[in-house]
Amino acid sequence: MAGNNPNAKLMNLTLKVWRQRNMNTPGQLVTYPVKNISPDMSFLEMLDVVNEELLIKGEDPIAFDHDCREGICGMCSLFINGRAHGPERGTTTCQLHMRSFKDNDTITIEPWRAAAFPVYKDLIVDRSAFDRIQQAGGYVSVNTGGVPDANEIPIPKTIADKAFDAATCIGCGACVAACKNASAMLFVSAKVSQLAMLPQGKVERKTRVENMVAQMDIEGFGACSNTGACAAECPVGISLENIAIMNREYISAKATSENVA
Amino acid sequence: MILDSKIPEGPLAEKWDKHKFNVKLVNPANKRKYDIIVVGTGLAGASAAATFGELGYNVKAFCYQDSPRRAHSIAAQGGINAAKNYQNDGDSIFRLFYDTIKGGDYRAREANVYRLAQVSVNIIDQCVAQGVPFAREYGGLLANRSFGGAQVSRTFYARGQTGQQLLLGAYSALNRQIAYGKVKMYPRTEMLDLVMVDGKARGIVTRNLITGKVESHSAHAVVLATGGYGNVFFLSTNAMGSNTTAAWRAHRRGALFANPCYTQIHPTCIPVSGSHQSKLTLMSESLRNDGRVWVPKTIELAKKLQTGEIKASDIAEADRDYYLERKYPAFGNLVPRDVASRNAKLVCDEGRGVGSSGLAVYLDFADAIKRDGLSAISAKYGNLFDMYAKITDENPYESPMRIYPAVHYTMGGLWVDYNLMTNLPGLYATGECNFSDHGANRLGASALMQGLADGYFVIPYTIGNYLAEMPATKVSTDHPAFKEAEQNVMAITNKLLSINGTRTVDDFHKALGQIMWDYCGMARNAEGLKFAKQEIKKLRAEFWRDVKVIGVNEELNMTLEKAHRVADFLELGELMVDDALNRNESCGGHFREESQTPENEALRDDENYAYVAAWQYAGEGQEPILHKEELKFENVKLTQRSYK
Repeated sequence: MAGNNPNAKLMNLTLKVWRQRNMNTPGQLVTYPVKNISPDMSFLEMLDVVNEELLIKGEDPIAFDHDCREGICGMCSLFINGRAHGPERGTTTCQLHMRSFKDNDTITIEPWRAAAFPVYKDLIVDRSAFDRIQQAGGYVSVNTGGVPDANEIPIPKTIADKAFDAATCIGCGACVAACKNASAMLFVSAKVSQLAMLPQGKVERKTRVENMVAQMDIEGFGACSNTGACAAECPVGISLENIAIMNREYISAKATSENVA
Repeated sequence: MILDSKIPEGPLAEKWDKHKFNVKLVNPANKRKYDIIVVGTGLAGASAAATFGELGYNVKAFCYQDSPRRAHSIAAQGGINAAKNYQNDGDSIFRLFYDTIKGGDYRAREANVYRLAQVSVNIIDQCVAQGVPFAREYGGLLANRSFGGAQVSRTFYARGQTGQQLLLGAYSALNRQIAYGKVKMYPRTEMLDLVMVDGKARGIVTRNLITGKVESHSAHAVVLATGGYGNVFFLSTNAMGSNTTAAWRAHRRGALFANPCYTQIHPTCIPVSGSHQSKLTLMSESLRNDGRVWVPKTIELAKKLQTGEIKASDIAEADRDYYLERKYPAFGNLVPRDVASRNAKLVCDEGRGVGSSGLAVYLDFADAIKRDGLSAISAKYGNLFDMYAKITDENPYESPMRIYPAVHYTMGGLWVDYNLMTNLPGLYATGECNFSDHGANRLGASALMQGLADGYFVIPYTIGNYLAEMPATKVSTDHPAFKEAEQNVMAITNKLLSINGTRTVDDFHKALGQIMWDYCGMARNAEGLKFAKQEIKKLRAEFWRDVKVIGVNEELNMTLEKAHRVADFLELGELMVDDALNRNESCGGHFREESQTPENEALRDDENYAYVAAWQYAGEGQEPILHKEELKFENVKLTQRSYK
């Protein structure tokens, strides 16, 4: 049963998939021929089909991260033919469909490659470094309760919209994977600039940027050399401007540091 | 067993304030002596864990995802209700309460729902203070919209990703407590059993999803915020990993499961495109504000559409049936979710569905584009239209969208009292995981409200009342109860790994989903439910005989994870069928074909079914035991919902 396109031609493909048993075992690309793939399938549904076949044969299925399959949770990753989240711009892997490929294509599928994202298994990497960066300062220090009425903090719409644009980051790590230095600047700057723009975040803006950048360095992410690959590959279109804002925030914070530690 | 809802005495509007004063407090210096486990880090779990940490408790939080930020609350699009009355259009706490209890078809507790409406206003304040970027007007104040057929504009929103922004707010609060050392976070960790010591919930047993290590965690109280069980249908709008395992294993340890048959089926989802389909995608029901729902008037025309002989645009205006506008002139395309879904099924069952499968109806924007212009429609719905185009490869600006209902939310869940505590002392359930606030049908923009209400503003008070009465002494994880639970988990794991059959876990899951959808979906009848019960029993027996799970426990083994979850779905599915069979009335998301008005609308039976059905697990292969909590309505008059 095909859905929208009853005449869609099924495809045969060759997959080259990174297989790695665990963090301590070296991995390699393994070739899998796949047949009868509908162009209406999502990329991950294509992998589901491959995995069902592997399982029936008693072979270990390909491990990959995924959850919402709606392009919002940021759990899916995959470096497809050398591109983070595959060939379509502004798209997560779960929203990539097989109609973006042609019959007889060879598709290479690798995990995110970055020292700060070690491989757990196959295509699954450890992105906990991102959480630790957020824990270093990606918040406004307010406890539950005891806050002013929501409308007591008016925010100009243009600023609210700009902060929103930065807040849409889904934390997938494509920016790191796309960067030749494996820099996390786009990810970190999205949160720094979101909170620096808003009145609620201004109180802690100096310590926030200092602590988050320090944690980013501790985690082993590379330096930014402004190639813009991160923004080009970002599935939700986080702007490079955030990096400029973060650099300014950082220099100004360092010049008049409030960090007492 | 007597179900005591522990609803405080006094007038509705004063119950919560009085209760907050009456609950016992834990001395600030003593809070650090108490440990709380929170399972799940969506809106209900992250907000609770963060707030417990702020209060001074020691918290351990668990999620199966790689980061707490990924919980499926993140996928909510539309918005969050709050009785702020910022728009001066007549909203109030009582009106939000009234709409919610009526929308739930009078199958929720008055006191719980009223409290939800009360604390809704605090949620918005809290989120704004955290830096959640809600939509704003040019004057700098917050914007609102009317949502899901509400007569007032009380919905706060953040473009089409309100859930994400609220969750990132709760995640940031959680991160702050993790940094302070008050919360210890365990990502990629799944709860597989509940540990009861001397009749109290004192811990859980988990499996580390990377190493397979089975571990015990001891605490003074356990909070389950593990979401809903819609994935029992295999296809739903839930995330792939959403599951019932934590709640179900607690049920097996004695926690009652309430109203399991109440399932919400959302009318505006993208239809199934083939047998490869792994999940369904919802589009915000705000689309129904401007889109017109229709199918062809005749089966002949529908057939031609299904085979691709003609296109939607080939069908003359006179040959189109705008069935919602025709049947419900007052509400038209904005009838509540259950009514919209059921009517889509009706016209498709008649053979008038569209798309190659015939399981879809049109949602047409042509008139809206003609009226308001392409750019106005694009500004409102651009992201949804893009999403639709990406998935279906069709342009909704040029031809109508095809939509079909999909399982979206489960109103049923673990039974809890007014304090959100289950019948097991020390075990709490919050958010979608419990049954408490939405009755038989949840209104749009109310799920986010309930998750955050429970986590930020209800359980932080009520849990203190329990802990204040309990000694701070800790239970060692060497206690026999922990060892027994660990052995139980390993026994299930070893059994799953040893079968080495011929059918995959997904294969069983899809088969279960088909039974549930066919017989316990949008319309149910006694005959079908009885048949489904036998089919599920057979399928479950076959699962334990023939499932194929390979690999070992001591590794990242996604097939094993799924097998645990599907094993539980296979039990829950039967309980849902039992509950649906017992409830011989139509209410909210539960439509019994035997109980209809002469116009084929849902017919409630308040005399016989105005109760919460709370089911007790009676052991493997035993029929569950039904306990009833009568619902009393003192502040609203029960009326038949009518959207004519």
